[in-house]
Amino acid sequence: MKTAMKRLITAAFALVLAQTALAGVKIEHWVSSSGARVYFVESRVLPMLDVQVDFAAGSMFDPEGKAGLAALTRATLDNGAGTLDETAIAEQLADIGANLGGGADTDRASVSLRTLSARDKRDTALSILKDVLQAPHFDTAVFEREKANTIAALKEAMTRPDSIAGKAFWAAMYPNHPYGQQATPESVATLTRDDLVAFHARYYNAANASITLVGDLSRQDAEKIAEILSSGLPKGAAATLPAAPAAPKASLIQLPHPASQAHIYIGLPTIERGNPDFFPLLVGNYTLGGGGFVSRLMKEVRDKRGYAYSVYSYFSPMRQAGPFQIGLQTKRSQAKDAIKVARDILDGFLKEGPSEEELAAAKANLTGSFPLRLDSNKKILDNVAVIGFFGLPLDYLDQYQAKVQAVTTAEIKAAFARRVRPENLITVTVAAD
Amino acid sequence: MRLKYLLPVLLAAGLSTASFANPFETTLRNGLRIIVNEDHRAPTAVQMVWYRIGSMDEVDGASGVAHVLEHMMFKGTPSVGPGEFNKRVAAAGGKDNAFTSRDYTAYFQQIPKEKLEDMMQLEADRMRHLNVDAKEFEQEIKVVMEERRMRTDDSPQAKLFEQMNAVAFLAHPYRRPIIGWMSDLETMTAADAKAWYNTWYVPNNAYIVITGDVDHRAVFALAEKYYGPLEGHALPPRRQEIEPKQEGPRRVTVKAPAELPILIMGYKAPILRDVEKDSDPYALEMLAAILDGHDAARFNKKLVREDKVALSAGIDYDNTARGPGMLYLHGTPAEGKTVADLEAALRAEISRVQQDGVSAAELKRAKAQLIASEVYKKDSMFGQTMEIGQIESAGLPYQKLDRMLEKLQQVTPAQIQAVAKKYFDDDALTVGILDPQPLDGKPRRPTIATRH
Repeated sequence: MKTAMKRLITAAFALVLAQTALAGVKIEHWVSSSGARVYFVESRVLPMLDVQVDFAAGSMFDPEGKAGLAALTRATLDNGAGTLDETAIAEQLADIGANLGGGADTDRASVSLRTLSARDKRDTALSILKDVLQAPHFDTAVFEREKANTIAALKEAMTRPDSIAGKAFWAAMYPNHPYGQQATPESVATLTRDDLVAFHARYYNAANASITLVGDLSRQDAEKIAEILSSGLPKGAAATLPAAPAAPKASLIQLPHPASQAHIYIGLPTIERGNPDFFPLLVGNYTLGGGGFVSRLMKEVRDKRGYAYSVYSYFSPMRQAGPFQIGLQTKRSQAKDAIKVARDILDGFLKEGPSEEELAAAKANLTGSFPLRLDSNKKILDNVAVIGFFGLPLDYLDQYQAKVQAVTTAEIKAAFARRVRPENLITVTVAAD
Repeated sequence: MRLKYLLPVLLAAGLSTASFANPFETTLRNGLRIIVNEDHRAPTAVQMVWYRIGSMDEVDGASGVAHVLEHMMFKGTPSVGPGEFNKRVAAAGGKDNAFTSRDYTAYFQQIPKEKLEDMMQLEADRMRHLNVDAKEFEQEIKVVMEERRMRTDDSPQAKLFEQMNAVAFLAHPYRRPIIGWMSDLETMTAADAKAWYNTWYVPNNAYIVITGDVDHRAVFALAEKYYGPLEGHALPPRRQEIEPKQEGPRRVTVKAPAELPILIMGYKAPILRDVEKDSDPYALEMLAAILDGHDAARFNKKLVREDKVALSAGIDYDNTARGPGMLYLHGTPAEGKTVADLEAALRAEISRVQQDGVSAAELKRAKAQLIASEVYKKDSMFGQTMEIGQIESAGLPYQKLDRMLEKLQQVTPAQIQAVAKKYFDDDALTVGILDPQPLDGKPRRPTIATRH
């Protein structure tokens, strides 16, 4: 026994050496027979496999008046499927140490699986995943229970200053676009089991799916698995997108709350995934509020004035124009001062862009930290799933550092001038005096 | 049977190692220990510097000073100006931060491997040469107060937890919040922070854990170069505040703006002190996995799914720490149910274990999850570094981590039934309840936005 084990370990170690010699991430891509896009990264270091299946089935596809449908559909997907009820699914996964995860955001509904790669465990786990994707029960009693719990959680969220601020912020940024539509206790109360079945039938199809596999697997096995996961899905049609969001008119929305701190959001819709302005905005925003402890917002709002523990800005490109957002929390009595400081920093940055020194620092960090973005299977999975779902170029990661490096101050100023117009900025405060 | 379980564990441990001696360790002449966990799967590294000093070492009236000092550690030395530390880490393509717990204070950088030397130089510099500048302190204490407002004062759950611990512990310093009481932060001075630093920030009160694509011999040489010249000094004796035996149930209610109530039931519970001789902490950990280890574990299956008495229900139990242990049952009642209903339901689940024990299948399932998680955790260098650092902070050697796993695999249904009978004792119980309040007497939901 001992000798056998030693041999196994030695063999495994030889693989480690072979693996580290490779640089970058090699993404293999194909389309399954039913039309699902598949992305595969072989990584043999650890005896495990990650699979993620993404559908264009996020909340942006909630029908009018039925906000919350996408989220509830995704949430009840694994509460019984195929021949298994919800208890059997959870117990069988636990028996083999596999984890099923995922969720729904505005764009995507995701189902992810992490399992050991040993054949018996892997096959059991994948068979459950297949049923969850293709044959969810949407059992009536389970549906009613999950609906009631969702309503309770929404009511709770509506007492929290950060949730109140977030909901108001999105509603104001996207007044005539599904991104601004929020699930409420009332909208969820109208949902029926039939709504879930119809939503699943429309959006959980092969044309609307991307499958990402990372781990201890051969290309041949990856192809087989992708077929198993997708061949039972209806071929279907890709989701059709609504008209692009229009820029909102600048406004200030102030909501009351008894909290000790005011929650403040400033922002507007900007760019979609794959937009050429992404790299200038990314590099510029590092200096403005993306660079953690070294950003201008952090230095002025936190370090110099002690106004906030957390202050940041970021661009969040989505399927359609996602937001640029500044966020901070501060003692309610000094909210006005903090907003003024944040706005002054933003306005100054829009006028002048970063200094040469700041630009160099941004590039040094964004290119230097690149290996940290890919140093685990989980991180590789996240990155590759985004590339697959949003249709970014397959060499996106290979090009990343060069694209960052090529950005100029003039490009940053031009991109910010195009995308961050003060006449469209929404400001939301909750609990400000 | 047992060997079959152990095999994947041993394999996983062997996979990322260059030798069976991994992790490697050395101790410098000044008492600083260096632990290097070689992991060659990606060209990155993590350095964590752990100080054996946390909020439990504070005194009344100065709560929060360990955490305030953590903030001040980024405010400069004679050779590295204020804010310069973060700037250099960022320039290296790194990410850095720090965290303070009851038991320890730790600092970390995640970097491309070739930048490790710079990070070691920076950490060595601030281990003994920190400026605690009064002006910087004046700004930073405001930041910490904002952090307290955000994390505790405006978080009903955190507030409940804070007040519950203040009731559960009478003498032991675990009764004080890590972030400190607001009034203590208001009276704290730069001199308090400086005194804390001078007393406790010495190489003989620290250890360093590094995981990454590095050669341990090279790292040891760098450690000698940068940390080696630092001088230590004798540490003052640690206070021994022993918690008196609890002799009856305690209850605390916190009112805060919220929609849903929260229930926490905290029982005094054992801590692992002797990896070989202790057995109860292992049995309680497996019990926790059976009650709350997956979606169909007992709490979720019975309380949330079948009986619909809870919106959520869970258990938290950490069996390693410097101080005394607590096991927490917690949950939120479902719509139409009360906190009393939930408390009765949680108690019924514990009684079920006390009377009927747990099934072999449930225990086997929990053990299988444990085996798999050992493989999964190798996917994160940060997680591996945390695990070594944390176990050491509790006074247990990281070399015993594998042995602890074996011990967990040996837990029997009879042991689980025995600990369920022994520790869920009302005389050792503190119940905390969040009593939700409408937002300032106004309607629960702000429905009208005012626009300007």
